[in-house]
Amino acid sequence: MAEENFIAIKGLKKTFRTKDGDIEVLRGIDLNIQKGDIFGLVGFSGAGKSTFIRCLNRMETPDAGTVRIGEHEIMSMEKKELNRYRQKIGMIFQHFNLFDSRTVFRNVAYPLEIAGCSRSLIRKRVPEILELVELGDKLNCYPGQLSGGQKQRVGIARALANNPDVLLSDEATSALDPQTTLSVLDLLKDINRRFGLTIVLITHELEVVRYLCHHVAVLENGRIAERGTVRDLFQNPKSDTAKLFIKINSSFNHTEQWFQEGEGI
Amino acid sequence: MNTNNSTFWGILASAFSADTWAIVAPAILDTLYMTAITTVLTLVFGVLLGIVLVVTDKSGVHPMPVFNNVLGAVVNVLRSLPSMILIILTLPLSRMIIGISYGPQACIIALAVSCIPMFARLVESSILEVPKGKLEAAKAMGTTNAQIIFKVLLPESFPSLIRNFTVTVIAIISTTALAGTFGAGGLGDVAVRFGYTRFKTDILIAAVLVLVVLVELVQLAGDLASRYLVKKRFLV
Ligand SMILES: Nc1ncnc2c1ncn2[C@@H]1O[C@H](COP(=O)(O)OP(=O)(O)OP(=O)(O)O)[C@@H](O)[C@H]1O
Ligand SMILES: [Mg+2]
Repeated sequence: MAEENFIAIKGLKKTFRTKDGDIEVLRGIDLNIQKGDIFGLVGFSGAGKSTFIRCLNRMETPDAGTVRIGEHEIMSMEKKELNRYRQKIGMIFQHFNLFDSRTVFRNVAYPLEIAGCSRSLIRKRVPEILELVELGDKLNCYPGQLSGGQKQRVGIARALANNPDVLLSDEATSALDPQTTLSVLDLLKDINRRFGLTIVLITHELEVVRYLCHHVAVLENGRIAERGTVRDLFQNPKSDTAKLFIKINSSFNHTEQWFQEGEGI
Repeated sequence: MNTNNSTFWGILASAFSADTWAIVAPAILDTLYMTAITTVLTLVFGVLLGIVLVVTDKSGVHPMPVFNNVLGAVVNVLRSLPSMILIILTLPLSRMIIGISYGPQACIIALAVSCIPMFARLVESSILEVPKGKLEAAKAMGTTNAQIIFKVLLPESFPSLIRNFTVTVIAIISTTALAGTFGAGGLGDVAVRFGYTRFKTDILIAAVLVLVVLVELVQLAGDLASRYLVKKRFLV
């Protein structure tokens, strides 16, 4: 397996056909992602980021194109095979999507149950993984008892329980306050470093990209407008989206400065 | 005892007399028997039917639009008929299935046919209340359709299912009372036969009192159970 492109996406197209006409969301996406990379995809709201990431585990069926993860050709899989391989694709969500009927322990045990793991393995693995996300003391709590940040940690633990090949993150920190966001990002960074886990994350927060990602691509008009290292993007943005993003971002930073210097007002 | 000329208090006292209860007590057993069997049938088939309605819906996990539309139409027709008409319609069915068209057994089929569609729709609505995101997460983890039903949809909607089940059991009790007038026996039969036809107001009061207590008990049990679950899951 080529280390160069662990995930290979070719010619991905998706058009939603609605009553009010067709929405061409993805117009041919080609993208390669390396093993162990933290890959960020940014774009404005409605750019098709969620649609794109949902194509990677075929939660959305693209009209054309292929997705390969490792040796697995996602688009040509039978339903059964797809379900089995989805057990190896972790996914975390903006609104966590934990099961309220299950304790923290049983939420994290869920993917293992699905994979047919034995009880003894589950009893060994779940506390381990909860320890990793620093929730070792919350085993018997219900999601309803947890803060947003804790819920997302459970979501991460659940996504990692089955030793996935890749972690997909759809705006995983967008519902969290800045401090909690930072701690969740640190956790993802730590996991990536320790286990070499490949992470694909989509976000509209440039700060998240700067803090966490190694590589980044910009989604604009259904195409990848530019792609490169995070440093490249910030130093030399080429696409309109990236320029605008950085402009908006820096004007927020000005506001911060303004607040900090603001005693004199 | 003739209650025609008695005072209010006299009637009330007579409603608790041994004579009255000698008539009402066996009717309680008949009512409990019909309610219990109908409840079990409704629970099993209502949940099944409700699940099938959700799963085969065009946005369900296993869409079968034509089948779903036909099933939905049948359920709607059964639900739109008043219970009384359904009972009359299904009595011949009882004769075909169990050989008799009177008594508690005969009416159970009528009761089930009338209550299953109602509960199925309530089950459907409970399940549809489960947030889409949880389904997404389950599917993204490679959950099969069967696992989605038993590991996600039913457990997640359980408090709501219990509330709707409570409503259904109460509807079963009142339909049972109605069925009484068509030869099913039970409290409804006693209330009509004695209270209405023969002006035995004391017996009427006793029968109604028992029905009220039954309904209250069911409601209480349902409330306690669903509140316990909601609290346990910290959803309040
Ligand atoms: N199931 C669907 N049916 C029809 N249109 C859809 C569907 N899903 C998404 N769309 C449309 O596709 C476009 C892209 O949606 P998508 O959710 O991928 O955007 P996004 O980049 O994730 O936006 P956000 O940052 O707001 O989450 C939007 O215009 C949306 O309305
Ligand atoms: Mg989105």
